[in-house]
Amino acid sequence: MTTKLRHVLETKTNILDVELIRSEFPILSRKVNGHPLVYLDNGASSQKPQQVISAISKYYTYENSNIHRGIHTLSQEATNAYEEARITVQKFIGAEHSHEVIFTEGTTESINLIASCYGKKHLTSGDEVIISTMEHHSNIVPWQMICEEKGAVLKVVPINDKGEFLMDEYENLLSDKTKLVAISHVSNTLGTINPVKEIVAKAHQKGALVLIDGAQAVPHTKVDVQELDCDFYAFSAHKMFGPTGVGILYGKEDLLNDLPPYQGGGDMIKTVTFEKTTYNELPHKFEAGTPNIVGGIAIAEAIKYINKIGIDKIEAYEHELLAYATEQIQQIDGVKIIGEAEKKASVLSFIVDGTHPSDIGMIIDKLGVAIRTGHHCTEPLMNRFNIPGTARASFAFYNTFEEVDIFINALKKAIKMLV
Amino acid sequence: MTIKEAQDEIIDEFALFDEWMDKYEHIIELGKDLPLIEEQYKTEENLIKGCQSRVWLHAELTNDNNIVFTADSDAIITKGIIALMIRVFSNHTPKEIAQSELYFIDQIGLKEHLSPTRSNGLLSMVKQIKMYSIAFQAKA
Repeated sequence: MTTKLRHVLETKTNILDVELIRSEFPILSRKVNGHPLVYLDNGASSQKPQQVISAISKYYTYENSNIHRGIHTLSQEATNAYEEARITVQKFIGAEHSHEVIFTEGTTESINLIASCYGKKHLTSGDEVIISTMEHHSNIVPWQMICEEKGAVLKVVPINDKGEFLMDEYENLLSDKTKLVAISHVSNTLGTINPVKEIVAKAHQKGALVLIDGAQAVPHTKVDVQELDCDFYAFSAHKMFGPTGVGILYGKEDLLNDLPPYQGGGDMIKTVTFEKTTYNELPHKFEAGTPNIVGGIAIAEAIKYINKIGIDKIEAYEHELLAYATEQIQQIDGVKIIGEAEKKASVLSFIVDGTHPSDIGMIIDKLGVAIRTGHHCTEPLMNRFNIPGTARASFAFYNTFEEVDIFINALKKAIKMLV
Repeated sequence: MTIKEAQDEIIDEFALFDEWMDKYEHIIELGKDLPLIEEQYKTEENLIKGCQSRVWLHAELTNDNNIVFTADSDAIITKGIIALMIRVFSNHTPKEIAQSELYFIDQIGLKEHLSPTRSNGLLSMVKQIKMYSIAFQAKA
């Protein structure tokens, strides 16, 4: 397909009004190194629409106060806004109860919370935890730490050369010893969409619990935690058009009730005496101290923005964008795509013969194109492919087909300079 | 040529480039021309591991009390900057290196490569060069 034809198609398919959407993200109109910014590092962090920026500003301008313990109007308003945000998140991910939604600092903290609280109570010597080769370090290291502490064993499900989860190998690893399975919904490096529903069902047959790292899934595809039947689901606001420093841990009510608290402090207690403290109910049990109130409010605003556009439309549009970028990059000599799963989210990782990813990244940055290079916090995965790292373009719904063309041309220029 | 003179010379050279592309093409060429480090020195011990690219640095003290640096990287732009670094620091006494101030990277508009966010091992390499100079000084 020619570029021209693609452009015509783009305007004709009309899945999204991308021009309008772009105008709602102020940063997208800035220049970098003298060129219009082409932001293709959404896997690392997405940009924020004005609606989210305004909500943050409004909170500090008119609403700021501490929540849950205040008697005055501002405190009650802030409490209401924070708890309404929790309900917005609950509906967004299809949780049964709003108290199953725990505000955290982000995906990393959500995973650490479960590794720590679940591990402390339930893991013993000889138990097994299963992860996969494509996990982000934040879904490897917390499990390594708790396994080491408890004498449990970490098992790793391998992948094939296309970067797909090997279900047969997974089934072989599952046993009565398996206590917990922690798998990414979408790989941040490869874009692979894992069959998490099936992964959950198979774990449950063996009586094991499942945590899904959804950081890369939530911004791109519809997530329904009850339909997946996962026990825990973790994600971050900043990858889904919200601010940094806030994220979500979803957990099934009975499981969260069963776990000990994560951190001690204010808000998570019922009564405190020097002899004994009793803990607050869900969700507060896991939210010690003054939380990131504005973060909670802003994540809800980001969800409202996503809902306004429609997650199905987002997914359909990004699918087209990825298909186009993949087709274009394949025409460049010496480029090899890393991650060719049948089902992929909008992530395009690649290496170029005779170049180092960081060289590519540095040069195209000079042309205004922001991508990520390196191991993407997935060193074991890089070892699996026997490469030091990749260059990764990751798309969001505000990216255009024209930007893909700019990226491809910048890449060609970089290769010409380097090889 | 002193360390200062070598840096000033590089600054003058880079002043000739108006375009970033020319500057980078020059750096890439320098990278390609950097004499290869002997394979035996590309050891884990000499590896300065950055987040992005790998840098190996080897130092030897000659009989006339000069440190000779050899280095390599798997990324070509990094390698080009290393070539400049070696041109500045190699063949100077430990004392000269320890007392020197590195300013040319800044002056030729490559400051971003020494920022911690780039994590390309260059910042660590500068520290390592200084460490060698202090270590060799202590030995002498």
